[in-house]
Amino acid sequence: MKNLLNFLVRFHHFILFILLEVLSLTFIVKYNNFQRVRFLNSSNAIAGDVLSEVSNVKDFFNLRRQNEKLATENANLRGELLSMRERDFNQLPIRSDSLMKLIPAKVINNSVNKQYNYITLNRGSRHGVRPDMGVMCADGVVGVIVNVSQNYSTALSVLNPRWTINAKLVNSNHFGPLKWEGNSPYLAQLNEIPYHVEVHEEDEVVTSGYSDIFPEGILIGRVVKVGQGKGNNYQEIKVQLSTDFNNLYYVDIIQSMVNVEKKQIENLTEGEE
Amino acid sequence: MKNNRLIWYIVAFVVIVLIQVGIMNNLQFSGLVNPYFYILFILLLPVNIPHYLLLLLGFALGISIDIFTNTPGIHASATVFASFIRPFLFNSYNFDEKEKVLVPTLHNIGFKSFVRYALLMIIIHHFFLFFIEVFSFSGFLYTLIRAVLSSIFTFVVVLISQFLIFRK
Repeated sequence: MKNLLNFLVRFHHFILFILLEVLSLTFIVKYNNFQRVRFLNSSNAIAGDVLSEVSNVKDFFNLRRQNEKLATENANLRGELLSMRERDFNQLPIRSDSLMKLIPAKVINNSVNKQYNYITLNRGSRHGVRPDMGVMCADGVVGVIVNVSQNYSTALSVLNPRWTINAKLVNSNHFGPLKWEGNSPYLAQLNEIPYHVEVHEEDEVVTSGYSDIFPEGILIGRVVKVGQGKGNNYQEIKVQLSTDFNNLYYVDIIQSMVNVEKKQIENLTEGEE
Repeated sequence: MKNNRLIWYIVAFVVIVLIQVGIMNNLQFSGLVNPYFYILFILLLPVNIPHYLLLLLGFALGISIDIFTNTPGIHASATVFASFIRPFLFNSYNFDEKEKVLVPTLHNIGFKSFVRYALLMIIIHHFFLFFIEVFSFSGFLYTLIRAVLSSIFTFVVVLISQFLIFRK
């Protein structure tokens, strides 16, 4: 017993070192278990406040570019409005998408150079944000909400290998999972498109609408390279992302009323099986 | 005197974390250079600090950075590892007992010793960090280049900090 105590005292720093390393590694491995490490992410109050201050300072230097962006978006929307007016409104079908609400949010923290990139937004449960809501911006898909606090939320960005988007090719309607490649913040890879499908460069890739996160048809990017996959039955398709993650300031969180209903009915079917 | 130093370290901790989160994390050079300058805090702890305290402070520093970057455990494991190695680096130096209470700044231990000490610590920390982050040896070369370039950048920033704050 005495020997054991001596041993512990003598090597206490080594034992402490091992303990702390094991604790850190557990955090890394367990990260997907969001409930347990709730407080260890940037949507908590203190981190959120600090990051939002930092982003206020950064905004100041970006005003000009943001203005230009908003002006272009405005112009595009006005254009769409004009073309809508020319149609007969009575003949427009009622789309289920009209049950969709967008919550505008500001990006207060963002990274593109890590292996797992996350975005922190200045909207939280108080504004109606819930986990699993999709995030988009004027240019295309951005990410999906994973953690929500009262005033802030964090989202997985497309630039995160922990997440794949269900994507489809506009021209052929074939769909497959789209995943970030891990290096360039501009490129992702579209998988599981069989060889008989003709894919060309510049083809548009959009969300498929099969998942609950995004409605159908939100732009993800354009095909830049089509090649042979290594030893499997699918093509290797590289997609240039339409969203510039280096330059991301204002986004919209998609709050879909259809989802709740869809989930309910899907749960019902699964329960019967 | 002792109280003064405690307050100084608390302020240094907060300031260094804020600089890392506010400025350094926003520097992006094509994803290759991610300076993790916050290791400066561990560099500056007194030479005679008890080992357990050094490890705990390293863990606290790492986890604080992790909270801001949504990477629980990654920075913490790297800072704990760097804190564990630190006492061994000092074994090869011959500090007098009197000098042992000193803070190992460039001014206190001399240019050559400081460069060797800081560079080794930064390299150990950055390499551990970048390889833990990828969690595999695939893309070994790319990770290696990232670690080397980031280490160099961090080292330059640490050197500049020495000339700005600790000159006498």
